[in-house]
Amino acid sequence: MQSFRYLNNVTTLQLDVEKCIGCGMCEIVCPHTVFKVENPKARIADRDACMECGACAANCPTAAISVTPGVGCASYIIQTWIKGKDAIIECC
Amino acid sequence: MQNLFVNKHDADAGNTACCSSKDQGKDSVPVLQPLDLPIGVPADDDAPCCGPKPGPPSSPYDKPGYRMWHFVADFVETPVGAIPEIETNLKLRDLAGTVRTRLGISRDRYRVAPGLYSVGKPGSDSPVLVTANYKLSFDSLRQELASIDAWILVLDTHGINVWCAAGKKTFSSEEVIRQVHRVGLDRVVSHRKLILPQLGAPGVSAQAVKKGCGFKVTWGPIRARDLQKFITNGGKAETKMRQLTFSIGERIVLIPVELSLIVKPSLVILLAVFVLSGISPDIFSFSAAWFRGLNGAAAYLFGVLAGAVFVPILLPWLPMRQFYIKGILAGLVAGIFVSLSLGGNITRLESLTLLLITTAVSSYAAMNFTGATPFTSPSGVEKEMRQGIPIQIIAVSTAIIAWVAAPFVS
Repeated sequence: MQSFRYLNNVTTLQLDVEKCIGCGMCEIVCPHTVFKVENPKARIADRDACMECGACAANCPTAAISVTPGVGCASYIIQTWIKGKDAIIECC
Repeated sequence: MQNLFVNKHDADAGNTACCSSKDQGKDSVPVLQPLDLPIGVPADDDAPCCGPKPGPPSSPYDKPGYRMWHFVADFVETPVGAIPEIETNLKLRDLAGTVRTRLGISRDRYRVAPGLYSVGKPGSDSPVLVTANYKLSFDSLRQELASIDAWILVLDTHGINVWCAAGKKTFSSEEVIRQVHRVGLDRVVSHRKLILPQLGAPGVSAQAVKKGCGFKVTWGPIRARDLQKFITNGGKAETKMRQLTFSIGERIVLIPVELSLIVKPSLVILLAVFVLSGISPDIFSFSAAWFRGLNGAAAYLFGVLAGAVFVPILLPWLPMRQFYIKGILAGLVAGIFVSLSLGGNITRLESLTLLLITTAVSSYAAMNFTGATPFTSPSGVEKEMRQGIPIQIIAVSTAIIAWVAAPFVS
């Protein structure tokens, strides 16, 4: 996926290294190789490759990762603008 | 009249198993279950009563109100009942279904029933693969399992693929736990492991699944075609198996669905184009509505073509990362083509207006393709929309005013 890069400096991804236990789960679930686990902890190796899918945060056993997950889809976002964030939205 | 479905000799013998009540207590409830009865095959000397010989009898696994899928080859008996054994080769009708679905026809109803399936000859130590109940997902999984003995646990993702369902939280920890309990998986397999597709990870927490049903989640590869190697490697995925791709083929198959989503609004827009085109110094001109309308429609349709077809195909080669800009660039080229093609038949103002329409439509359509890609973050899409949408609105408003004003100016 190195051939496809999206906008830089937009992701909401945060890693709290203090909480990390280095289990490597984030490295496994990330489809864009954002994390690298080097003894003993994870680090964000490629922040701008993050697409905010939320897989890492959902599977981090110590809640060391936070990200605002969502659907990166224009028509979905337009509907959230119109109907509000909590509305039931048909999309994709 | 000969009974076509009960062999004559069986009937004469006063057959016992099915209809006789000798062995059954009065209170026993008849239970529908597979019986090894000698039913079905008409004897050789049976004269056909009408037409050729009848086909084979119903399967003992047939149920009233259900229709058996063609991919069910057989059933295996397990402690939780009969589990369908499915075929791993796709048939013509699977491919026809794939084509139909890729065109956006009945896409939301292309699904299989959630629950447990088997492939090959699995035993209590065979792996359990989890997938979505979108039939395209189900097909892409089973066609890769030709030499694997495994159980397949299909979640109820409401007919949505794994990745989108994980985003919508129908491919979720709760659903995994629910299906494990519902099918009684702990009685089918002796181990406590599930292999989930990696793209399900946004919706499923491995810890939550372990806590909820005692099964340990192993994250399998992204693509089903890597499963064989993954299983042979003892549940280890190479880095490549964990990375998304978005090849030209993967992009092209998405185009028809994108277009099918545009059809409905397009009909309304085209109607508006024809009506606006008819406004003239004589209040309304039907010939102008038609001839100028055709020009306007061409500009619109080329905008759709540029944004929803050319941008996806040319994605990595178009400059800039913002999709709305990629759309503007593709739209400018398409718009110049439209203007040049119409050449001397239209005024310079109309020509520029059509270019503006094609570009704005292309920009919007391209921006919408963000939803189909596997690498755009919502924060990024929102950011580019805050830039792109005002530009598109200004362009379209200007174009409408100029298009309506053109007959009055010339």
